[in-house]
Amino acid sequence: MARYLRLLAVQLRASTALALQYRLEFLGQGALALLWTGWSLVPLLVVFADRPGVAGWSFDEALVVMGWFTLMKGVLEGAVNPSLASVVEHIRKGTLDFVLLKPADAQFLVSTARFMPWRIVDVLAGLAIFGVAFHRMGRWPAPGAVAAALALLCCATLVLYSLWILVISAAFYLVKIDNLSYLFASIYDAARWPVDVFRGFFRVLFTFVIPLALLTSYPALALLGKLDLVVAAQALGGSVAFAVVSRFVWTRAIGKYTSASS
Amino acid sequence: MRRTLRALPTLLRVGLAEAVAYRAEMLVWLLATNMPLVMLALWSAVAREAPVGRFGQKDFVAYYLAALVVRLLTGAWVVWELTFEIRQGTLAYRLLRPFHPLVAYAAENVAAMPLRLALSLPVALVGLWLTSAEKLTHDPLRLLLFPVAVLGAWLITFLAMALVGTLAFRADSATSLFEIWMGLYALLSGYLVPLELFPPWVSALARWLPFRSMLGFPVELVTGMLTRRQALVEVAIQWGWIAGLLLAVRSAWRAGLRRFAAFGG
Repeated sequence: MARYLRLLAVQLRASTALALQYRLEFLGQGALALLWTGWSLVPLLVVFADRPGVAGWSFDEALVVMGWFTLMKGVLEGAVNPSLASVVEHIRKGTLDFVLLKPADAQFLVSTARFMPWRIVDVLAGLAIFGVAFHRMGRWPAPGAVAAALALLCCATLVLYSLWILVISAAFYLVKIDNLSYLFASIYDAARWPVDVFRGFFRVLFTFVIPLALLTSYPALALLGKLDLVVAAQALGGSVAFAVVSRFVWTRAIGKYTSASS
Repeated sequence: MRRTLRALPTLLRVGLAEAVAYRAEMLVWLLATNMPLVMLALWSAVAREAPVGRFGQKDFVAYYLAALVVRLLTGAWVVWELTFEIRQGTLAYRLLRPFHPLVAYAAENVAAMPLRLALSLPVALVGLWLTSAEKLTHDPLRLLLFPVAVLGAWLITFLAMALVGTLAFRADSATSLFEIWMGLYALLSGYLVPLELFPPWVSALARWLPFRSMLGFPVELVTGMLTRRQALVEVAIQWGWIAGLLLAVRSAWRAGLRRFAAFGG
């Protein structure tokens, strides 16, 4: 365990050193991230322009969901995407051999290979949106609600990561799937809306199959102090189950890896 | 010109064969074009209680299914191919052939269309037919203008991509510039939100930008939201953009090509 923590520290240090070389990029990306956050609020403003609520969510509550969306996007693009995107390349070129040869768990190594510390901008933007939303509501979340929200943040990160591992596992079978990450991003985009606006097929899809509800809506409800304990417990159990399944699929999929000739 | 015409059937055949070979990849691209359906679900939830502007639930269904069809019909990916080939130097092979590389890209692009359509159009059309067929226009003039508008929308998409792609001759970050373009497109074309529902100053701004011609205009045309007069004016604006972009691409291509040096190869 201590060894893995040390490994994680090493990988983090390497990524940070790399990121520090591109400080100018940070400014550019930071400005862009802020611009996009503002831009992504526009549809929300239009939807709530002339009515107090949609599907039981007020504007301020939907804003909290948007805050989680922005924050999770930072987590996704800062900690999950960069490493796992390179795995697809490893599989295609056969260079995964070098990872597999190392005396540590392969899933751990590929998942911590690269971080993008600058993505912290998105996390800060998400926090700023929370600030605005709660300021407008004229109250602040209770400590218990914050604790619950943090617990769900861990669940959400776990689910996001597991989803990605499942996508990567598909690469062992399909090989050419660079655009799966694009598909993933396009589906994640739907998480910016409270899950209650979806009905029927989409509702089932986004709650159980691709648990977008767990990524943004449930943490938002927790922060608002509206999530009941049963749902929270189910979310916790669901995300752990998701992680177990993805680990199982990963170990099966990596057995299929045949390296590449030449 | 004659040489290009003679090569065209072969180019199209090659493009179709490529599309068939990478069909799994294409299916993923099609599935990734799910935004209109998500926005449809969202706006339906909004319109369930009371209509938004002149949009009722059925209007939203017609609008977003039409948007889905137009989006799939006007797909292009030349910006990625072009930046990749310029950086890798493989553009040199294309330059050796006796017709313009952009024609080849366009042919590959068009050739993939039948397969994309075969996979997606039936779903959208059945959806339209079952739910909101009466919202589509029945006016023969507007129905006749629709293919023209879609062709124009594809041309603008393709030419804009080619223009950004030629920037790769001088800069590394052509694709990140294109991401900005896509962000502007998503909001100002009517892809996420029908332009009518924006505050008036945004709609006015969108009228002066090319994005509306790329999606919003064909969709509004086929869902009968435009009068005949408005439709004709919009067609003129659209083809004006095409003419302008064509000139810009031509000069940018020439200027960029002078700087092109195929590395390795």
